[in-house]
Amino acid sequence: MTSLPARPEGAKKLGLVIDLDTCVGCHACAVNCKEWNTGGHYAPLPDYQPYGKEPDGVWFNRIHSYETSCGDSSRTVNFPRSCLHCDEPQCVTVCPTGASYKRAEDGIVLINTDICIGCKLCSWACPYGAREFDEDAGVMKKCTLCIDRIYNETLPEAEREPACVATCPSRARHFGDLGDPTSDVSKLVAARGGVDLMPELGYKPVNKYLPPRRATIATKPADAPVQGAMHPLLKLLDKVLSR
Amino acid sequence: MNPAGSVLLLSTLTGFGYGLLAWLGVFAAGGWLPAARYFGPVGVVVALAFASAGLLSSMLHLGRPERAWRAFSQWRSSWLSREGVASLLTYPPALLFAASWYFGGQSAAATRLCGLLAGALGLATVVCTAMIYASLKPIRQWHNRHTAPDYFIFALFSGAALLTLLVAACGARATGAAGLTLGTAIVAAGAKLAYWRFIDRQAPLTTLASATGLAAFGTARPLDQPHFTENYILREMGYRVARKHAAKLRRIVMAVAFAAPGLLALDAGFGWLPAAAALLAVLCALVGLFLERWLFFAEATHVAAVYYGR
Repeated sequence: MTSLPARPEGAKKLGLVIDLDTCVGCHACAVNCKEWNTGGHYAPLPDYQPYGKEPDGVWFNRIHSYETSCGDSSRTVNFPRSCLHCDEPQCVTVCPTGASYKRAEDGIVLINTDICIGCKLCSWACPYGAREFDEDAGVMKKCTLCIDRIYNETLPEAEREPACVATCPSRARHFGDLGDPTSDVSKLVAARGGVDLMPELGYKPVNKYLPPRRATIATKPADAPVQGAMHPLLKLLDKVLSR
Repeated sequence: MNPAGSVLLLSTLTGFGYGLLAWLGVFAAGGWLPAARYFGPVGVVVALAFASAGLLSSMLHLGRPERAWRAFSQWRSSWLSREGVASLLTYPPALLFAASWYFGGQSAAATRLCGLLAGALGLATVVCTAMIYASLKPIRQWHNRHTAPDYFIFALFSGAALLTLLVAACGARATGAAGLTLGTAIVAAGAKLAYWRFIDRQAPLTTLASATGLAAFGTARPLDQPHFTENYILREMGYRVARKHAAKLRRIVMAVAFAAPGLLALDAGFGWLPAAAALLAVLCALVGLFLERWLFFAEATHVAAVYYGR
């Protein structure tokens, strides 16, 4: 059924919280995601001409880098982009076959690749570009929130989190129940003013992004170099020491 | 948006087919068609051939065409599913219309009833097709009040051109159908001009700052791309070819899709060589509307491309 399920009382709303302040843009989450998922629920994640001129393939995580500027100040922000497991996912309701669905019990958006006809309409309906088409299998694929890790009882309990979260070296990714206001992730979102992406489109994404902190490191203003004629070597020395 | 040939053919050809079916139904109900015994059945075969060719070509777009039957199941939520169901429902009354015409004639009650029903279901299919596009919130050039009425009027126009050809080809005077073609061509051209005016004045749906949640940090611009080559998202949603030639292509659409068929239909209704003129009108409309549909896709922008600065 591609009609959205009613959320049972007390159901979980699993998702990610991504900290744009601490993300260093290392792509480790994307790589570990690819590594896990190419052997996971939607295996394989194909690569097209991996050693050719135009390598391409299906990835569930894409890491952008942006520069923001406001007046004189500017900063680099690394921005991981993946499925936001929206509360109002149009990618689900447009599906003609019932392959695309949202789970009532934890809100994860999945695809039944056994009945997907590969019409690609769900990828058009997603404003976040989160779904990527598997040209080899002829079906759509997407982030599963590592459904095969988070409920995997053969893994030690500490490892039951999405591959991207487990691997992040700067702890910029957090996983938890965003439907429970007392959970660690919900408290983190409240404390850091977490935001929705493109809230104006009304998809109500579950994943939240924590904006970069505004703190700046105070630096002592540099001494002005001595003016006037001087030996070039001394001039250089003065310039260096004035920093 | 990437203009995939199979999808362009789908909506163009089903427009011709279901448009013709609708006019056959209306004209038969009024008793205005040639009374020949074969006219109704031939008309239905032509209409269903166009529609079926469109529907079959859309199968080429699927990654797993052998599973296409599954698309009939989700009509409660999906316009694509509704399109499939409506297209299937159109066949029985259309075939009954043809049979009833053959055995009972144009003026039989069953012929009139089935004709109107088939036409209505055919047009419902066209509206479902249009709603697939009109319902997609991330694409501003599609998600607006123009899309559905435009598809509807283009179907009526292309169907009228086909009807003119059928009537002229069987040697009857095609004055009514030709007048209809000219009239719908004028309305369709006006609708297309209004659509272009609308999308040209539309503000983008979102900015990179809002898409990244960084609005409070001023303006944002892409620094490093996530990958060096095109991926599925960029091929499908970052299509940029049309924007360079848009103005020229729009003039060509106006001339070939609407002006030429309108004038040729005028000749088919009142002048020399009506059948040849009507055939030329249909060919122009086919090429022109295909180009129009190509532009409808190629000019459409998807918000996901914003992440890549496109």
